[in-house]
Amino acid sequence: MATVDYPLDRPPVKDTEFSFSQALYSWVATVDHKRLGLMYIVSALLFFVVAGIMAAVIRLQLMFPENDLVGPATYNRLFTMHGTTMVFLVGMPMVAGFSNYLVPLMIGARDMAFPRLNAFGFWIFLFGGLLLYYSYIGGGGLQGAGSAPDVGWFAYAPLSEGAFSRGSATDYWALGVMVAGIGSIASAINVIATALCMRCPGMSLSRMPVFVWVMLIDSWLIVVALPPLTAGQIMLMLDRHLHANFFDTQAGGSAVLWQHIFWIFGHPEVYILIFPAFAILSEVIPVFSRKPLFGRPAMVGAVVAIGFISLGVWAHHMFAVGMTSWSNSFFAASTMFVGIPTGIKIFNWTATMYGGKLRLDTPLLFCCGFLLQFLVAGLTGIMLGVAPFDWQLHDTYFVVAHFHFTLLLGLVFGLFAGIYYWYPKAFGRMYNEKLGKLHFWLFCIGANLTFIPLHFAGMLGMPRRIYTYPAGRGWEGWNMVSTVGVFFQAAGILFFLWTMVRSAFVGEPAGDDPWDGWTLEWATSSPPPEYNFEKLPVVRSSRPLWDLKHPHDPDWKFE
Amino acid sequence: MADALTMERDWQLPDRGTVGILFLIVTESALFAIFVATYLIYIGKSPVGPYPRDVLEIPVVSSICLLSSSLTVYFAEHALLHNKLARFRLWWSATILLGLEFLISTGMEWRKLIYEDHLTISTNLFGSTFYSLVGLHASHVIVGLVFLILVLTVTLMGFPIQTQFRRVKFLSWYWHFVDAIWVIVFTVVYVIGR
Repeated sequence: MATVDYPLDRPPVKDTEFSFSQALYSWVATVDHKRLGLMYIVSALLFFVVAGIMAAVIRLQLMFPENDLVGPATYNRLFTMHGTTMVFLVGMPMVAGFSNYLVPLMIGARDMAFPRLNAFGFWIFLFGGLLLYYSYIGGGGLQGAGSAPDVGWFAYAPLSEGAFSRGSATDYWALGVMVAGIGSIASAINVIATALCMRCPGMSLSRMPVFVWVMLIDSWLIVVALPPLTAGQIMLMLDRHLHANFFDTQAGGSAVLWQHIFWIFGHPEVYILIFPAFAILSEVIPVFSRKPLFGRPAMVGAVVAIGFISLGVWAHHMFAVGMTSWSNSFFAASTMFVGIPTGIKIFNWTATMYGGKLRLDTPLLFCCGFLLQFLVAGLTGIMLGVAPFDWQLHDTYFVVAHFHFTLLLGLVFGLFAGIYYWYPKAFGRMYNEKLGKLHFWLFCIGANLTFIPLHFAGMLGMPRRIYTYPAGRGWEGWNMVSTVGVFFQAAGILFFLWTMVRSAFVGEPAGDDPWDGWTLEWATSSPPPEYNFEKLPVVRSSRPLWDLKHPHDPDWKFE
Repeated sequence: MADALTMERDWQLPDRGTVGILFLIVTESALFAIFVATYLIYIGKSPVGPYPRDVLEIPVVSSICLLSSSLTVYFAEHALLHNKLARFRLWWSATILLGLEFLISTGMEWRKLIYEDHLTISTNLFGSTFYSLVGLHASHVIVGLVFLILVLTVTLMGFPIQTQFRRVKFLSWYWHFVDAIWVIVFTVVYVIGR
């Protein structure tokens, strides 16, 4: 290393003498958006593994009829913790992690708008997650009943009320999720302020990368949709501990109100979760097709449209609860309506690939998987949006298969694409392409093997949330195939974790711009220095690096 | 390159603090919206008394106090902008006193409701929705007062508060928000709800 002149008040610290405690301190006390982003993503991956193991146990239990691997009480806790973990401790920190790491780099900023708020958001999220998992130890409460929450991830009243959920397990659910939600809101406000106020010179909103646009709208949804959940949880806690009557039907309250409040949050939430995948695809597909994104303004417009329409579709989760036919018609219609912008997006990604010079590396493979599988998820979603169809299949495995197609075969595929795509930027080293492809094929085969059969089991009437089932109803075969798929998925995840850890140490040096990308994060070194850019870039088009690489044929001449 | 240089010099973006506080207010509004909607849905649904028309008295004085504190905090902010520190301290203290008056009369109202009318959060739906909505608002008043008093304290200790004009401004926006919410809560609880 070259000699560096340190200021007098800061003693020089040599890299070689960096002890473990110093390294730990530097991570715990950091306000650097890149480190916080990585910490979000790594803790989300840890929770992902935990929730995945829970899902594997669920599938093993359902492999045979009348199986007794786990009892009914344990089974209820497993699906509750699996759902809650995947939504609040995997999906949400992935939103925060990707936007933290990439938004400042893509808009040419040195950090987020509020770096300390950013650190607060991460640590309060982690605390919320640990609080939820502490329920395994402390959930019994004074009455000694139960351990982890067992009320399902949407904790419907009156089941979640004090009379039916003894002990403290449901309180841990409410408080853990509420606390983690505060972290998500903090991070969302930060992303909005960063995207609106920290852009480098020339980066007008119309030149902002689509990734940043999607994350901006995603943050808007978090800011308006998470507080309703908090409000509902406050009411639930008041009911449970101060004997208020919000969801107590005997005192004139309404258990349906909880469903409304939960889904006012819950439906925007599924868009909050899927948006990072939209954002990642909008960056990966153009670069790997060597074409600019098809219909960029339509793409941004579609995201903005989803950001508003998705606030008005919540009751399609409640067709079976007995609403008026006017409500059913309204929410069925608005559900069809929100499919339109999503269709525009799928069309535009496909059109971007059409006629492009495709480079079928791992990130693009995951994007292709996303496109096909998310299309299936969208189609079953439209089917379930038709109220009479939903009456028939509500609370069956068809619904389970539908939302696992959106979130596992959709969102998680998108997240893997993003992780592989930006891995060389974050660590300065290339992942192992062979292992990456192996991961993709194993995971793709496994996930489809697991969730395609569940559609059929659902149509044959298999209800959700049963810990076992009798033989002879035609469900055995589908469940057996479904569980076999889990082994493929698990093998894929093992290869993924292996290449992630190993390549960080022994991977090929990647260089600053391994994919020949067009957005600003590829203009700085890999991994980026703490200050991101030595000199703040000046931007004249939506593909600033293209302009830099092709001075004779720059984009800005045509924008 | 000259073009790029002028672009760099003329590049103007919104202030990040402004955007941050505005979206904090948006997210708080979403929280209040659910409590207000719940209150409206549950009006007249209590099977047993006491009912709102029997026990609620319109809090005229405290409402006037809280709403006029929006005015005093504006005067204080204005005085600080023109660097008139004595006047700033005066208006700022007036804001705190008005806020305290509101809080105390809310406390007295709750005391009467609990001890004389025997209305608690568990009595009926009216109690549940009333104490949660009014209490949520009152807790926001308390948070606002804590920060208002913090600013006054450091000012009296000689801290040059005029260097923190932006933060004072954001605090006053938050206070305006708390007042605006009271207009809604007042309408829902004391006008529609009775």
